[in-house]
Amino acid sequence: MGLETQVTSPFLATRMDEVINWGRKYSMWPMPFGTACCAIEFMGVVSSRFDISRFGAELVRFSPRQADLLLVMGTITQKQAPVLKQIYDQMPNPKWVLSMGACASTGGFYDNYTTVQGIDEIIPVDVYVAGCPPRPENVIGAVVKIMEKIDREKAADWR
Amino acid sequence: MMTEADVAAKVQERFGGRILAANAFRGQSVVTIAPKDLREVLLFLRDTLAFEWLIDVGGVDYLGYDDGPGKDEREWRFEVVYAMLSMANNVRFRVKVAVADESVTVPSVWDLWAIANWEEREVWDMYGIVFEHHPNLRRILCHDEFVGHALRKDYPITRRQKLSAPSENILCDRSEIA
Ligand code: SF4
Repeated sequence: MGLETQVTSPFLATRMDEVINWGRKYSMWPMPFGTACCAIEFMGVVSSRFDISRFGAELVRFSPRQADLLLVMGTITQKQAPVLKQIYDQMPNPKWVLSMGACASTGGFYDNYTTVQGIDEIIPVDVYVAGCPPRPENVIGAVVKIMEKIDREKAADWR
Repeated sequence: MMTEADVAAKVQERFGGRILAANAFRGQSVVTIAPKDLREVLLFLRDTLAFEWLIDVGGVDYLGYDDGPGKDEREWRFEVVYAMLSMANNVRFRVKVAVADESVTVPSVWDLWAIANWEEREVWDMYGIVFEHHPNLRRILCHDEFVGHALRKDYPITRRQKLSAPSENILCDRSEIA
């Protein structure tokens, strides 16, 4: 990712990871891919009662090129699957994916010809959130889980 | 005030022996006709009985349908259902077209009601019923690489079909507007 590749001392590299991860986890920029009712619940997550900005992830971007957290919220149809894949591919590293709700995670009750049975058929997922739709607290909980995951990462992993 | 039964009586009177079946259920009247009579019957409804609005076109697949004891085998597998509304008389009516199998075609009515264009595409997409003289009989709901027709009773319920790349026209389908 640039700077850390210049640092050769192992001690400094570890410290560097901490600083980079600290910055990354408190300033995630979500890209909302909302296709169904879960996206409505996301409005609750971003607005004042629950307020995802308390966790530094409020700056919703509608361009994947400016985002590092992909929020997939809702039913993904087979027709839409390549679009989701393309959006994921357009996001620059490092990036994380949160799959919100039964539909995005498993297809939900749409066990039929039209629905992708879980977005992990197309793109990698970091955290799945159960629920139909999940409560805003669950989504915030998942964001915190991703923060914990970022804490364990090394900057050099994302190259 | 015209009721659905009145409409059914008028259609019976006009088309008589060409009507394959007529029934009413809880005040809702339906006539079933052959594909070749479709345009004539719908035009009669539109121009003489003031059914100016085609609400919906739908399909039904009766494969394996159990009509109950004592009922004969069905003579036709599919039906195309035309739901009509007369705002002038505040009355609704339904016309069904009997489609024996997938080799039978149904005349398109897109030139009578523009909405039939998309509705017929949907029936074709889901049931594979071909509409003659349709200007643009492409899939409307399933993706372009989809094989078969999803709402047919013999379409395997667990069969999924992936799309390899985003459709060219998914964001901007101008062919309908032009
Ligand atoms: S999981 Fe439930 S609430 Fe969420 S998109 Fe699916 S049906 Fe809607």
